[in-house]
Amino acid sequence: MGLDAKVPQGPLAEKWSKHKFNLKLVNPANKRKYDVIVVGTGLAGASAAASLAELGYNVKAFCFQDSPRRAHSIAAQGGINAAKNYRNDGDSVYRLFYDTIKGGDYRAREANVHRLAEVSVNIIDQCVAQGVPFAREYGGLLDNRSFGGAQVSRTFYARGQTGQQLLLGAYSALNRQIHEGKVKMYTRTEMLDVVVVDGKAQGIITRNLKTGEIDTHTGHAVLLCTGGYGNVFFLSTNAMGSNVTAAWRAHKRGAFFANPCYTQIHPTCIPVTGTHQSKLTLMSESLRNDGRVWAPKTVETAEKLRKGQIKASEVKEDDRDYFLERKYPAFGNLVPRDVASRNAKEMSDEGKGVGATGLAVYLDFADSIKRLGEETVRAKYGNLFDMYIQITDENPYQQPMRIYPAVHYTMGGLWVDYNLQTTVPGLYCLGEANFSDHGANRLGASALMQGLSDGYFVIPYTLGDYLATIGPKPIDASHPAFAQTKADVINTINKLLALKGNKTVSEYHRELGLIMWEYCGMARSAEGLTKAKNLIQALKTDFWKNAIITGENEEINAALEQAGRVADFIELGELMIDDALMRNESCGGHFRIESQTPEGEALRDDEHFAFVAAWKFMGENQPEELNKEELVFENVHLAQRNYK
Amino acid sequence: MSETKQTFNSSLGKKLIMALTGLFLCTFLIVHLGGNLLLFSNDGGYSFNMYANFLTHFPPIEVVAYVLYASILVHALYAIILTTKNRKARPVTYAVVNKSPASWSSKNMGLLGSILFLFIVIHMGDFWYKYKFTNTVNFKEYRTNLATGERTETAYTPEKADFEHSQSFDGNTEIIRVKDLHARVQSSFSQLWYVAIYVIAMGALTFHMVHGFQSAFRTLGWVHRKYTPIVEFIGTWFFGAIIPLGFAAMPVVYYFMSLSK
Amino acid sequence: MDNANMKLTLKVWRQKDAKTAGKFETYKAENISPDMSFLEMLDIVNESLTHGGQEPIYFDHDCREGICGMCSLYINGNPHGPKRAITTCQLHMRSFHDGETITIEPWRAAPFPVVKDLAVDRSAFDRIQQAGGYISINTGGVPDANAIPIPKIIADEAFNSATCIGCGACVAACKNASAMLFVSAKVSQLGMLPQGQPERYRRVQTMVTQMDEEGFGNCTNTGACEAECPKEISLTNISRMNNDFLSAKLFRQEEVHEIKHEGA
Repeated sequence: MGLDAKVPQGPLAEKWSKHKFNLKLVNPANKRKYDVIVVGTGLAGASAAASLAELGYNVKAFCFQDSPRRAHSIAAQGGINAAKNYRNDGDSVYRLFYDTIKGGDYRAREANVHRLAEVSVNIIDQCVAQGVPFAREYGGLLDNRSFGGAQVSRTFYARGQTGQQLLLGAYSALNRQIHEGKVKMYTRTEMLDVVVVDGKAQGIITRNLKTGEIDTHTGHAVLLCTGGYGNVFFLSTNAMGSNVTAAWRAHKRGAFFANPCYTQIHPTCIPVTGTHQSKLTLMSESLRNDGRVWAPKTVETAEKLRKGQIKASEVKEDDRDYFLERKYPAFGNLVPRDVASRNAKEMSDEGKGVGATGLAVYLDFADSIKRLGEETVRAKYGNLFDMYIQITDENPYQQPMRIYPAVHYTMGGLWVDYNLQTTVPGLYCLGEANFSDHGANRLGASALMQGLSDGYFVIPYTLGDYLATIGPKPIDASHPAFAQTKADVINTINKLLALKGNKTVSEYHRELGLIMWEYCGMARSAEGLTKAKNLIQALKTDFWKNAIITGENEEINAALEQAGRVADFIELGELMIDDALMRNESCGGHFRIESQTPEGEALRDDEHFAFVAAWKFMGENQPEELNKEELVFENVHLAQRNYK
Repeated sequence: MSETKQTFNSSLGKKLIMALTGLFLCTFLIVHLGGNLLLFSNDGGYSFNMYANFLTHFPPIEVVAYVLYASILVHALYAIILTTKNRKARPVTYAVVNKSPASWSSKNMGLLGSILFLFIVIHMGDFWYKYKFTNTVNFKEYRTNLATGERTETAYTPEKADFEHSQSFDGNTEIIRVKDLHARVQSSFSQLWYVAIYVIAMGALTFHMVHGFQSAFRTLGWVHRKYTPIVEFIGTWFFGAIIPLGFAAMPVVYYFMSLSK
Repeated sequence: MDNANMKLTLKVWRQKDAKTAGKFETYKAENISPDMSFLEMLDIVNESLTHGGQEPIYFDHDCREGICGMCSLYINGNPHGPKRAITTCQLHMRSFHDGETITIEPWRAAPFPVVKDLAVDRSAFDRIQQAGGYISINTGGVPDANAIPIPKIIADEAFNSATCIGCGACVAACKNASAMLFVSAKVSQLGMLPQGQPERYRRVQTMVTQMDEEGFGNCTNTGACEAECPKEISLTNISRMNNDFLSAKLFRQEEVHEIKHEGA
């Protein structure tokens, strides 16, 4: 089945303005008659909740954390892109659009990406007006930096805490609406299902994480702003609580899940130290601006380094392989994330990895320190170096850092049309949780841009169109669908609580992560994926038999919360594998070893795979149905990405 | 009016009261020390007794004095109110409290203040109260030859019970009869335990000032990269060292003088 | 690879909920590696409790990289443990020695009631922010980001205040359980920026009023908050807040009108 993305007609640059005019408006006096449910309070959720409340809708916002300010957007370090061209260096909306399409390896929808680039400029204005303290120059104007391999300086930043500052800005806007009574905030509340009445989303079922109460909430529309699913890999840079449950349960109620195999592996993370590890820590990509990535030239040297017989700084220049500079002379250490990550993995696979586990390469600042002086390096990266020292107990001013790729971001997510509506009318999906703007690979500093674009500047327009269509009639909570969905949720909880086996949920999660990382990580093959599918199916069966879940529902029960999330991750893992298996090409974050150039670079297959794969849930333990949205490129010419 | 009330009932308003009364008391310390240094003038207590007499019989000073007493009481009262509220804010205390990075004096202002309050009660009871409201302080008569400046002193017993002080002239000689607080000071400071109380209290004053002076400025919001270090310096060295040392020197010196008699 | 051979004794505060009284329980933590984070050490203890059919220790945590502000824990007498300028999730076991007894308590303050075990309810912080920790502008219709130049030194100072993660360590560290460092950080951030000027004196009043209503203690400028703050928020913020509050209350004429809550 083909999917209609509802992309407006007309020239690319006019699509959004024309579309905004064509969208129906809700009468200002009627807005207060609509209830909108917003799940998640990260950049997308908080900005959407605040903006919709400002317009006059009644918003109910939900987060599982103890405060909306804790959402994991807070951890984004690097920056946010905007086509302001404050630098006079040739940037433009079109260039940001083009870079994003190319960076996404031509697997994103043109119209969405262009809109993203258009509104990027408004985001910066909005955030500055909220009091976000972006970095400034002595003249008092905003500072920019070049980020993630972009050839222009379009990244706005607030030291290494851009995500934090942007989220606190959105959180403050949300707080204002809570204070004015337009947003009702539910903290420590997890959405466990969406209620679909006559094909339309009209409410959600939640669990109060403090009391275990299962509640029903009605709304004329439901917005899922619940972030990515990177924790399917167990170890990732995501927060411990980040999960796919809201999106996955919506998927099971009819929302198609698009491109689940598109996951981003970030190259500069602190390597794993042992089995106790609960999460991975990212260090800003900006480190690659001054650090040089290398591995020892020979396996013998690598072995000595692993055993600690020699120190990295003692390896002679001739014995080092600056592999990114060698293979990609034009971009060097600044190649896109997927390329940098894959090359690090290759080095480790060839036995040239370093560190006790052999799963790491070096990021060396010795030359920069020599060139710029230790003080300058400290001023630029001091906080990141401190973080590294804190975690590893090693001094990167003296020895090179050890880095290794880690799961960081998921480009896939619920399929949405141009209006951000999923395949279930009234159910919308914003931010990382949707699949929309990054194609198969996300560029640095684009995630914050997308989350805020969706929340501040897209949904306030597109949601009104839907609400105007359905009218302000109150939602009938007595419809049997509400009771039925609630009963389903309670049933799942009871099934989980009945599990009194011998393996903890964390153990299952870790096992799932290992399978996904091994077979559906940086390099994927038909053989490996097939094997993984069997492993995951076995894991799922075992989980529903042998997991231990302590405690009961009517209390704070971390084990129960985690169990529900891991159960969903297991199912999602299987779909990711199906998707990866289906997509027999390499593109962006998805690398199939069957599809590579003679030099070992990712090889796209535009003829067969220039589409969005949107999967439809067909019932428990049934294969999902593939639906395709053909990607039409009217403005950019598809080319093999080349960073040499 | 209700808004003003609300201002002073707020946490910051109460802190403001603490800061303002505290700083006022600091200015008093300077005046008090300045005056009391007259104890060190070697004139048989003449200057000191004249000073004491002046303080108690010049109406504007008396008004200021009552403002001062009120300040002490308000400062102490608000300290109690704030401390009670602070205690309420932590009903369950920690089982383990590590050595906190905050300074010892900052954490013990209540204790230091209580010592000082107790001291003030003893001190005022012994001198101010007895001087003003009892007949336990003897009188002294100073005869000064206005031509030569020579002065003689003798004990004086007033004829009337409500006698306070007098100044008269006998030709070239000025006769002044005042309460001899100086003698009272001498006798008090000849007792070791009494001297010890003073020294301990001045120790408490040191620590109270080291934190309190700069803290008052912080509470008033007067923090400045350039001037705060100066405030801290004054708080530590002037109010924390010189003033308590000056005060403590009096009982100590008088004690040793009493020993050598 | 793992030199996981540290043995520790943990004295952990267990409390069912806000209404039930809590008490310390003692647990053994074995096979602990110095490379583990403190929370990973607790994970291991919880795994073994779960295997033994016992209820795991509940504690708040999320990002595990020191930025979300969710983790807390008063460890051996210090909020976020013995090291400066980090959160509990960034604390590693190499900061402890083999055989050590570690006492773990929740933040203790009346406005932070215990939710369960080591987790406390910090919604008082949210309510203070809701009272005025924002600039009242709607989405859209704002001037260009470069329309108002801001001196770098002001922008940097505002940033320093804005780095607060809202963890509550300041309250936990303060002998008076005062929240003034937290409140003043937001008041300062917005009060320093030109965008925050229109509401500067209103904001400080509404936020301080809410802070008082929540029942936090009073600041006595001990500086314990500043010393224990994982983001090293400066005590100077409190003075800035005092200054704005007193200016507002004593010298400014306009009244503060509370916005009436409508709807829910």
